[in-house]
Formats: sequence, structure tokens, C-alpha cells
Amino acid sequence: MNAPTRVETNGDLAEADRRDKAFRGELVALIPHLRAFARSLTGEPTSADDLAQDTMMKAWDARASFEMGTNMKAWTFMILRNQFYSEKRRSWRQSQLDQEAAERTLMAVDDPSSPVALNELRLGLAMLPSEQRESLVLVGAGGFSYEEAAAICECAVGTVKSRVSRARRALQAILDSGAYDRDGASASEAMGAIVAQAERLSGLK
Amino acid sequence: MKKKSPAAADLDEARLRQQALGTKLRQMFDAVVNEPVPDDFLEILRRADEDKPEKER
Repeated sequence: MNAPTRVETNGDLAEADRRDKAFRGELVALIPHLRAFARSLTGEPTSADDLAQDTMMKAWDARASFEMGTNMKAWTFMILRNQFYSEKRRSWRQSQLDQEAAERTLMAVDDPSSPVALNELRLGLAMLPSEQRESLVLVGAGGFSYEEAAAICECAVGTVKSRVSRARRALQAILDSGAYDRDGASASEAMGAIVAQAERLSGLK
Repeated sequence: MKKKSPAAADLDEARLRQQALGTKLRQMFDAVVNEPVPDDFLEILRRADEDKPEKER
């Protein structure tokens, strides 16, 4: 038999359980979106899924601080982004355009079953500076407004706008150049050309 | 009918190309969103939920 004090606690627990269930349901529904955002940041499926899983656990552990009814997608994307950059800072490999990493990305994105245009796009995206890439993905594919993207990236709305427009121009130029050639040049030659071009273009105002 | 100035035609073309890029970008993102979620995602969450009684209650 339960003591009276225990009964009261049970009421609170039932409430907490209901809240946890609702939170969990929303979080599960967001998993595909977290995977897609993670893939766009890392450019590669395995580390992207690790990142998405870490994010899911961090969100679950922090569920008490989430206000139900507010934008959970934006909240979890912010956690994912912070996780991505804190791992990147920890990593000894700092160089964004590291040749070896770039070639691994090239192999990972070159899915023969995927339309050529999408592989080109993945590759071009991988070559953008990360703050341009994330802004373009959030606004151009993730369905976020400039304001929401600014909140996720913890920067000004104007900054997001300028990053998105620079990313679009650079990406367009990469795709137009046809520097990426599936059948022709070797992976590293193609990558070298694209890296050089991306560096030049993404620096343009 | 008045012919568009070359500048306006360029602007139209640029807009069309941007739209095509946007479509491809969404296709790429949605392709991942539509992938089946690997089992380990749900497994991890289920285990976290089971751990809860010891940790929090």
C-alpha cells in the first residue's frame, strides 16, 4: 500500500511523464530533419548520424529547459549546430579545405545512383565556408525564415541574409563552371580546381 | 510589344537559375529527410527513457 505522501508524488510524476511523452514524440518526428541538417554540415553520412544522435541525446537531457509549444525544430537545430562547432574546435584537424578530408568528402558525396546534378550540388556545398553553407541550408532547404536562421546561428538577421546571398552566388558559379567531372579528371584534380574556385568566390562581397 | 532591355533579361535569367538552385537544394535536403531513420536512433532514446527511474526518481 502506498503512503499518502507517495500518492502526491505520483501525481507530479504522472504529469512529468505526460510531458516527457509529448516531448519525445516531437523529438522523434524531428529526427529526419536533424539527420538532413547534420548531413549538410558534415557532408558525409556516418559522422552526420553520430552528430544527429548526440543532438537527440542532448535535447532529451535538456528537455526540462524546453518550453513546450515553442519551436522545437529551431531549438534542436541550434543544439546540433553548437555540437558540430564544439566538436570541430576539439578536432586536431582545423583546416576547412584540408585536401585529404576534401577527397573523402568527394568520395562520400559521389553516389552513382544519385542524379549528377545533386552530386555536383553536394560537392559545391561542401566547398563553401561553413557559415555560408549553414545559412543557405537553413533558409533555402530547411524551411526557416531569415529571423529563425539568425536565432539558430546566433547572429544578426542581416548577417544571415548576406551569407545566403554570397553562398548562392558562389554555388551557382561552381555549378556553372562544370569543374566537377565525374568521368574525366581524377578526384583530386577536380577537387583542387573547385577548392580554388570556392575560395575565390566565397570571398567575394 | 516592347522588348526587354538586355539588363532586365539578364536579371530574369539570374532569377530562374536561382530558382533552379533552390529546387535542387531542397531536393537534396528532402532526400535525407525521406530516408528511413536507422533503428539505433530510437534504440538510444528508448534506453535513455529506461535509465530515467534510477537517475531521477
